[in-house]
Amino acid sequence: MATITPDKTLDASGLNCPLPVLKTKKAIEELQSGQVLEVITTDPGAKADIPAFCNRTGHQLLETVEEGGKIIFYIRKK
Amino acid sequence: MATERLAIIATKGTLDMAYPPLILASTAASLGVETAVFFTFYGLNIIHKKRMHELKIAPIGNPAMPMAFPPSMQNAITNAISSIFPGPPQIMGIIPGMTDLMSYMMKKTIKEHGVADIPDLLEACKEADVKLIPCQMTMELFGYKYEDLIDGLEPPAGAATFMNYVLEAEKPMIIFV
Repeated sequence: MATITPDKTLDASGLNCPLPVLKTKKAIEELQSGQVLEVITTDPGAKADIPAFCNRTGHQLLETVEEGGKIIFYIRKK
Repeated sequence: MATERLAIIATKGTLDMAYPPLILASTAASLGVETAVFFTFYGLNIIHKKRMHELKIAPIGNPAMPMAFPPSMQNAITNAISSIFPGPPQIMGIIPGMTDLMSYMMKKTIKEHGVADIPDLLEACKEADVKLIPCQMTMELFGYKYEDLIDGLEPPAGAATFMNYVLEAEKPMIIFV
């Protein structure tokens, strides 16, 4: 279980490439710097794509949790 | 002036070939790269108000096409067909209506897999500030007017305008689809 308390949650379950990344980008724009976004996906491709998005945009990927077919990311806005 | 600029050239007007330029463009823009898509020749159909809803995929001449039944249509019979034929036999492609049937099945499969449709991806591109540029010359060639195309496009441009846009960047990148 993650111990991080997110400021906002994005449920991108059931969506496939490129939608999880596009929705993450939009959701993170609505946060303040330092706030944490939780992204829930079921797309196996997101496992590599969300870290790539963070690496490219400079947002910090705090933690990735996999449970019951879901991949959950915690991202701190830069 | 942008340090990085990605330009994607969309030349194909089939359902399958409409996806790569829009997926790459919307994603690149979300990653913070200035991105433009230049729609030329049949690629113009992707941004044509009416034709964008009628994009098709043809089994004929497309031997890589899998026999992909939508999840809701998978049963003992369709599974048996899939196990015998890796894809629609080429000869079936000449049967009238086969292209429409395959296009319908592909759209259904796309929807049931949670993959975005073309109008949604175009909206995503616009939201991410991707520049969508129609090719002036092919518009005239095909008789497409600017008002036949979707809203939110850049003005029609020629090759030189497009090349200049790309090469102004310190790191220009081009993808040809």
